Amino acid sequence: MITLSHYIVLGAVLFCIAVAGLFINRKNVIVLLMAIELMLLAVNTNFVAFSRFLGDVSGQVFVFFILTVAAAESAIGLAILVLLFRNRSTINIAEIDSMKG
Amino acid sequence: MPTLNDILILLPEFYLVAAACVLLLLDAFMKPAQRGVLHWLSIAVLLVGIYLVVSGQPDVPVTAFGGMFVRDGVAEILKVFALLTTALVFVYARPYLVDRKLFVGEFYTLAIFAVIGVMLLVSAGNLVMVYLGLELLTLSSYALVALNRDSRLSSEAAIKYFVLGAMASGMLLYGMSMVYGATGTLALAQLHGAAAHTAMPNLLVFGLIFMIVGIGFKLGAAPFHMWIPDVYEGSPTAVTIFIGSAPKLAAFGMAYRLLDTGLGDLSHYWQPVLAVLAVLSLAIGNLVAIVQSNLKRLLAYSTISHMGYLLLGLVNAGPEGYASAMFYAISYALMGTAAFGVILALARAGFECDRIDDLKGLNHRSPWLAFLMLLVMFSLAGVPPLFGFFAKLMVLEAAIHAGMVWLAVVGAIAAIVGLYYYLRVVKVMYFDRPDEGMETRVQPDFALRAVLSVNALVLLALGLGWGPLLNWCRAVFPG
Repeated sequence: MITLSHYIVLGAVLFCIAVAGLFINRKNVIVLLMAIELMLLAVNTNFVAFSRFLGDVSGQVFVFFILTVAAAESAIGLAILVLLFRNRSTINIAEIDSMKG
Repeated sequence: MPTLNDILILLPEFYLVAAACVLLLLDAFMKPAQRGVLHWLSIAVLLVGIYLVVSGQPDVPVTAFGGMFVRDGVAEILKVFALLTTALVFVYARPYLVDRKLFVGEFYTLAIFAVIGVMLLVSAGNLVMVYLGLELLTLSSYALVALNRDSRLSSEAAIKYFVLGAMASGMLLYGMSMVYGATGTLALAQLHGAAAHTAMPNLLVFGLIFMIVGIGFKLGAAPFHMWIPDVYEGSPTAVTIFIGSAPKLAAFGMAYRLLDTGLGDLSHYWQPVLAVLAVLSLAIGNLVAIVQSNLKRLLAYSTISHMGYLLLGLVNAGPEGYASAMFYAISYALMGTAAFGVILALARAGFECDRIDDLKGLNHRSPWLAFLMLLVMFSLAGVPPLFGFFAKLMVLEAAIHAGMVWLAVVGAIAAIVGLYYYLRVVKVMYFDRPDEGMETRVQPDFALRAVLSVNALVLLALGLGWGPLLNWCRAVFPG
């Protein structure tokens, strides 16, 4: 029997993987974009699970909005990434350090 | 079903969306030489927006689209000042954009869309609206930061802003999902009651903490401040000035909607957390600002400390505290635009004027601009009788009335520390000699000079007569 707590744990695990991806990753900006997407998917899992167990549909409507905004967000993120590569010829995080402070 | 009444309540927002689309189309069909028309048209659009917000304001708070959107006094004040500071930004930004070949329609359209995001955010009556307003604001801001496509610094600032901003949105959403799970509702008004009798209080507090992280990121409060200095330094100054103004009002509006309208029942949980954020912001902002040599970075750390003061007002968690925090947000928005306005007035093609040394001997070169910068710096530092002093006084008073005298003491000490680096700017302007090869006469654009003078003198005027604005702020928070 799969209960609500299974879904919450799944959401938490996905979220932790995403946060780890953001903080531990020292190589590549594209991995950061993937981690951000994963974070939003963890949130979506939570919303759908809660919505199903509470018998309230508004959580699932929220998920549609999050999916739409996530698409717009990755479009802008990739555009900035292209810009970054054109200006610096690298997307290595360790080399993006012109500003210090 | 939405009715005509719903649409009338959202008239300023609908109008701005339509106007932004028209401006975008006009830009596509205009010759580059005619962009000046677009510039003035954009300012007119914002001013008409202020008129629509004020003239259509209902006497009692009303909601539209099934409680999704709230139009009350808090939203009115924040919208008026968000639109006003954006109009100021447009005036100040033009010469800078023209000099750097960035004078494009996108700047205006993106900024107006960001302001629409601010307006939706401060009027949100539902977690979905909070998220959508916030994303409209931040997605437009990411694009604005990257406006200068050939600049290495700009694209670096944009990617940092994007990654950290997206992470903050993710944290906020994760918190929202927990709150939704614990209470079973997304409407902020219903959340208020539901929070008291939830079956899962731990889940609710867990969600609250994640939401505070998200709010802290958007405010730029320490320890979630790391994006602020890089974004302020890396983006074109014309964009920095925008990021430093209207979004601060939005962040206050978001904090108020989420923490008071939504989770006001849990104020004994979030008050101590905000107090810690306030102390960290005051300490980190003021101490790190001392060692900065870059003027934009200095103002970035100064922003962080100002957000600490704003949090002092929020910590009060009562009408008095919210009124003082809003008063502070407004004062910061006006001071921030004026401070960056002076930098924009001094910048030339190939000269950013972003180091403190670039202001050397400004008093010899342009006494009036030096005087305006003096007013702004004194106001930021909180020297009476300027606006910034009374704003600080109000938040300190709110913190004392909340029973947190130690917090007010920290705030007062931070103000004294802050005085040092603001006065250093004044010293460089008035007592240092200009370097060889510095421009001897500074003659900025007429519109910029006129509006900047008014903006800086308003700081003095509001410092002498701050009563009406404060009363307006106090009147909108039900006691």
